[in-house]
Amino acid sequence: MNLTLKIWRQAGPDDKGRMVTYQVKNVNPDMSFLEMLDVLNEDLIAKGEDPVAFDHDCREGICGMCSLYINGEAHGPGRGITTCQLHMRSFKDGDTIIIEPWRAKAFPVIKDLVTDRSAFDRIIQAGGYISVNTSGNTIDANAIPIPKENADKAFDAATCIGCGACVATCKNSSAMLFVSAKVSQLALLPQGRVEAKERVLKMVHQMDLEGFGNCTNTGACEVECPKGISLENIARMNREYLAAVIS
Amino acid sequence: MEVKSALLGSSIVKKYWMALTGLFLCTFLVVHLGGNLILLKGEDARLSFNAYAKFMTTFPLIKAVSYLLYFSILFHAFDGIVLTLQNRAARPVKYYFNKPEANSTWASRNMAFLGTVILIFIVGHMSNFWYKMHFGDIPMDANGNKDLYEVVVTFFKDPSLGIVYVAFYVLCMVALGFHLVHGFASSFQTLGLYHKKYNALIKNLGLVFSVLVPLLFAIIPIFIYIQ
Repeated sequence: MNLTLKIWRQAGPDDKGRMVTYQVKNVNPDMSFLEMLDVLNEDLIAKGEDPVAFDHDCREGICGMCSLYINGEAHGPGRGITTCQLHMRSFKDGDTIIIEPWRAKAFPVIKDLVTDRSAFDRIIQAGGYISVNTSGNTIDANAIPIPKENADKAFDAATCIGCGACVATCKNSSAMLFVSAKVSQLALLPQGRVEAKERVLKMVHQMDLEGFGNCTNTGACEVECPKGISLENIARMNREYLAAVIS
Repeated sequence: MEVKSALLGSSIVKKYWMALTGLFLCTFLVVHLGGNLILLKGEDARLSFNAYAKFMTTFPLIKAVSYLLYFSILFHAFDGIVLTLQNRAARPVKYYFNKPEANSTWASRNMAFLGTVILIFIVGHMSNFWYKMHFGDIPMDANGNKDLYEVVVTFFKDPSLGIVYVAFYVLCMVALGFHLVHGFASSFQTLGLYHKKYNALIKNLGLVFSVLVPLLFAIIPIFIYIQ
């Protein structure tokens, strides 16, 4: 396959940035999208040019590092996948592919396609944990009976890999799906109930401080989420928050 | 400290107010529509419509609720403007190429625009009818009530501009329909009322509401015009 790539290039946080067009030849349809970018970068390095910076780590869809807004969609076309799980067979020979970084005030561009997603870390630090003694006296989690339905819902919420596709795809750059997943995974379990009220208030407060937008319930996040995190989590967080604010 | 700031400025509290005022305005639409439908009786409606209008503007309980209504309209608009400005600020650099239609509906992405159209409509609508009913010098009917029926009919039957008013009215009702088709179900989600048993019901109820209510509203000026 031969492809035309239009890629956002930005030398650093203060650079204005621009779209640059590249030609990439002899792409194998079985390559992942990131491998295709590796091919481009090898070519750029051989020519003495600056390779395109992009985030990646596990390349098997579980770490949440890869991002990329491809042809107007977070993680590109296809549902329930990250960019590393997107294969070049999803495109046709001769296609033009537009590649941009996540766009949000809270996710500033560091270089090219790499954004700073530490806003998510600060939201977790604000309350996305349970305070337990881990000094050797940890209680066996299985000692506490938990309804199967709650365990399943908590696990579904916990599959969020924090990639930021929800923020990237939301017209308001809202982080509600991410935050609600992190609130839900703990709020649904007895271990998490102890600090539930404080947690939801602190995490939402931090979310607002980071400059994410508000939720319009367009549902775009749920569609583009590689892990299929449900809007049900946002509703649950809204309930948790209401209960915490008025009690 | 967090609780205090949450009550005043939190993103989620702003959305609760949007949902609550929005749902309250939905109930108002039903009441208002009920009264307007009297107009479909044609000339026979004159006395009953005027009596209804008098009741709605003088009965103490209705008057009290009407102040809550004015406040809700203004607050819904104000809150919406604040949310929209914050949402725009949250993405200072736009995408070079975006495909939002792949994952969301047009109405859900254009609530601010649709709301603005509705607000412009309300301002015009209130100056044409509400203001005249409350403060205007309008004739009396046979029962000694203000003849609002005459005001409405004269307005939409205006030989030169009547058709423009009717067209504008119908267009605004289309905007209202799109605003409601997202807003109705969305307000339940905001208030945390999500359950797989009821989601489809809420969505379908919202769809019926957002088609039926604006449609019935729109029929009235068309009926008056062609009558």
